[in-house]
Amino acid sequence: MEKTINLTLKVWRQANATAKGAFESYEVKNISTDSSFLEMLDILNEQLINENKEPVAFDHDCREGICGMCSLYVNGRPHGPDDEVTTCQLHMRKFKDGETITIEPWRSAGFPVIKDLIVNRNAFDSIIAAGGYVSVGTGGVPDGNAMPIPKVDADEAMDAASCIGCGACVAACKNGSAMLFVSAKVSQLALLPQGKVEAARRAKNMVAKMDELGFGNCTNTGACEVECPKGVSIANIARLNREYLKAKCLD
Amino acid sequence: MGTFFSSSIGKKFVMSLSGLFLVIFLLVHLSINALLLVPDGGEMFNNAAHFMALPLIKYGLQPVLFVGFIVHIFYATMLTSINNKARGSVKYAGGNNTKDVMWASKNMYVLGITVAAFMAVHLCDYWVPLQITGNVESTTLHGTEMHDTYALVNAAFSQCWRVALYVVGALGLSLHLTHGFWSAFQTLGASNSLWRKRWTVIGTIFAWVVGVSFSLIAILQHFFYQA
Repeated sequence: MEKTINLTLKVWRQANATAKGAFESYEVKNISTDSSFLEMLDILNEQLINENKEPVAFDHDCREGICGMCSLYVNGRPHGPDDEVTTCQLHMRKFKDGETITIEPWRSAGFPVIKDLIVNRNAFDSIIAAGGYVSVGTGGVPDGNAMPIPKVDADEAMDAASCIGCGACVAACKNGSAMLFVSAKVSQLALLPQGKVEAARRAKNMVAKMDELGFGNCTNTGACEVECPKGVSIANIARLNREYLKAKCLD
Repeated sequence: MGTFFSSSIGKKFVMSLSGLFLVIFLLVHLSINALLLVPDGGEMFNNAAHFMALPLIKYGLQPVLFVGFIVHIFYATMLTSINNKARGSVKYAGGNNTKDVMWASKNMYVLGITVAAFMAVHLCDYWVPLQITGNVESTTLHGTEMHDTYALVNAAFSQCWRVALYVVGALGLSLHLTHGFWSAFQTLGASNSLWRKRWTVIGTIFAWVVGVSFSLIAILQHFFYQA
């Protein structure tokens, strides 16, 4: 049988980027524990619209954990109390009947709030634009045997590439550092032959952009990898440090 | 190279190298302290202390050590203040419920302050009388007149509160090292999934061996080496 719960939501409301925000409390009733966290917020918003109130603004898109749009700092954790899932994959069965849930936007100097629970994550796009791509011609699809790549490297590159750029690492970091994101984006290319051509330039430009945009300095606490919905490892951060030091030595 | 030292990774590179340099100093300091336990009335310890006061070490190596400390503290302060700014002005109302993050790793600056406070007392107790004022009893060993450093240390450890302070300082240092040691190698890029485990194990053992050894020497001095 379907189980339903009643909840109190403490939600951050902020009219725009410059307005002063504050928490508002809302009650939602008869929420199915099978529904997702975002479906629960949809129900809240319908309720608010019916009461002629402004719905809560939050980011979402694919709702299947691959686009990186959803965010939300739920009860003291990015993407909420479940491990290795995004907020859209978080289910209401993770909450108890009568519980008060605190919902906040990502907080960091690099991600200013735009409205309510939506933050501006353009900084990540700027970091990618600074070098997170391959600009050399890699041709058509080559024969799989023409360019042998060790399985270990292929796996690690794939793991790094699973980063969806949601920003949970920055939100979780006590230093507001974007090193896990940048290291994943550098690693996925640094491990493969196509990416090696521009490796030095990429590491330097992406780190410089990250510093310029006001992200903090990594102190290796590892909070980012604990909260990463894709389980991206901080071994990538060591690789980024290595790539960066190597690039600077070649200057 | 100019942009290297102003970059986040460059600054942390300085932190990790200065930290590892101080780790080497700790090993030297600990080995000499261990001589306090040689039951020869402090003869060996005094000889070692006398050796460490040779002009080459006093005027050559000691300034390098001071620079190491100052750089480490200066960069720590700079990075911590940048990081606090990067965290943003609004704190999370929901607090921080991220599990499996080592407490020490989130409190390195605070732990550093306790180590620095302990070091300040330490400098006043030993470095100032031994190297600045020279206000220390003398002893003659094999025809060489030298400071009776052993007597100074031994007298300090006769006081209960000093031993207690010493142990607190040493254990604060241990906690600082449990994160600092492996973190230094991570920052240098000398880590991956496998080496991270190795550095953490080596670092944790090293941290507690250093802290507990310093503490034990003080405690044993207090209970078993008082005349």
